[in-house]
Amino acid sequence: MKNLLKYLPILFIFGIGCKDEPKRLPFLQMETTQKTVDGKVVEDTIFRTIPTFKFLNQDSVEVTDKDFNNSIYVADFFFTTCPTICPTMHRNLFKVYQKFEHNPTVKFASHTIDVKYDKPSVMKAYAKKLGIKGNNWQFLWGTRDQIYAIAERNYLVAVTEDNKAPGGFVHQGYLILVDKQKRIRGAYDGTVDADVQKLMTDIDILLKEY
Amino acid sequence: MRKIILFALFSITVCCIIYSCQSAGEIEQAKYLTSGKDIYIKNCQNCHGANGEGLGELAPPLTDTIFLKANKSQLACIIKNGSSKGVTIHGKKYEGKMPAFEKMADIDVAQVIVYITNSFGNKQGMYKYEQVPFDLEKCK
Repeated sequence: MKNLLKYLPILFIFGIGCKDEPKRLPFLQMETTQKTVDGKVVEDTIFRTIPTFKFLNQDSVEVTDKDFNNSIYVADFFFTTCPTICPTMHRNLFKVYQKFEHNPTVKFASHTIDVKYDKPSVMKAYAKKLGIKGNNWQFLWGTRDQIYAIAERNYLVAVTEDNKAPGGFVHQGYLILVDKQKRIRGAYDGTVDADVQKLMTDIDILLKEY
Repeated sequence: MRKIILFALFSITVCCIIYSCQSAGEIEQAKYLTSGKDIYIKNCQNCHGANGEGLGELAPPLTDTIFLKANKSQLACIIKNGSSKGVTIHGKKYEGKMPAFEKMADIDVAQVIVYITNSFGNKQGMYKYEQVPFDLEKCK
């Protein structure tokens, strides 16, 4: 009996260790700066956010960052004639879309990086063929500079034109999860099944924050 | 008695030879299948899916045995030259373009055709690489 009592605290510690911590997603672009207020050093946290933007969607309707207010969204970069990773990315993202199809606070924003070919009408046909209904999943078109700048500076996804690459473009297949305050909360490789599963659970976690 | 034993041995040998001949063909097909699977994963799976299920209306599934059988001599053309005509699979029209895989060698084309026509519920046997140049000449 004494022996058992001796082990009790250890068991207790294990018990605490196993308990589920209330999970919270990280902020991917967080900077802490120190400044002096009234003679005291105060730490200030700054979150980088997605700036304002204005694109045309697959219906040739103007879409701005305001359309994503009050909803979390998943952003990615693709082009419709892409023979390599985009079909896999969108096959996977479509599963996520189906899971949250009836939740208007979960949106999707796919930006084309082939602005010469992927006009809104082309993307409309693509979206229809993929099986997208309604406007939870927006296919965004803008000028080359607008899209490439927001990809690399804000969503941190590398995209470039390259004639030697299959399809003519090189890009990363990341799916970027953005919260209602437009802060990046996660990045997932859209070509990896496990990452996409994690994206689905992370969306659930993020939704609970609100 | 001796004659009977000799005859028995002889017929067993002949049977063995015939049997091993058949399995050589099977072994070759198995080789095609395994290499074909790798080629499929690398080049085709993005659009046509791991189980040949296709992708929405963008890429047709590869499960229509009747289409594959009827167009077996055109499969090499579709892979090498791509396709922009659109196809009807399982009675459904697919209008998307398929990119050309010009650089794919004949042997790779044959192997991936064997893989596709013997997976996803299809079972259409061997397609040798010697057949590829013949079929390519007759592309529509």
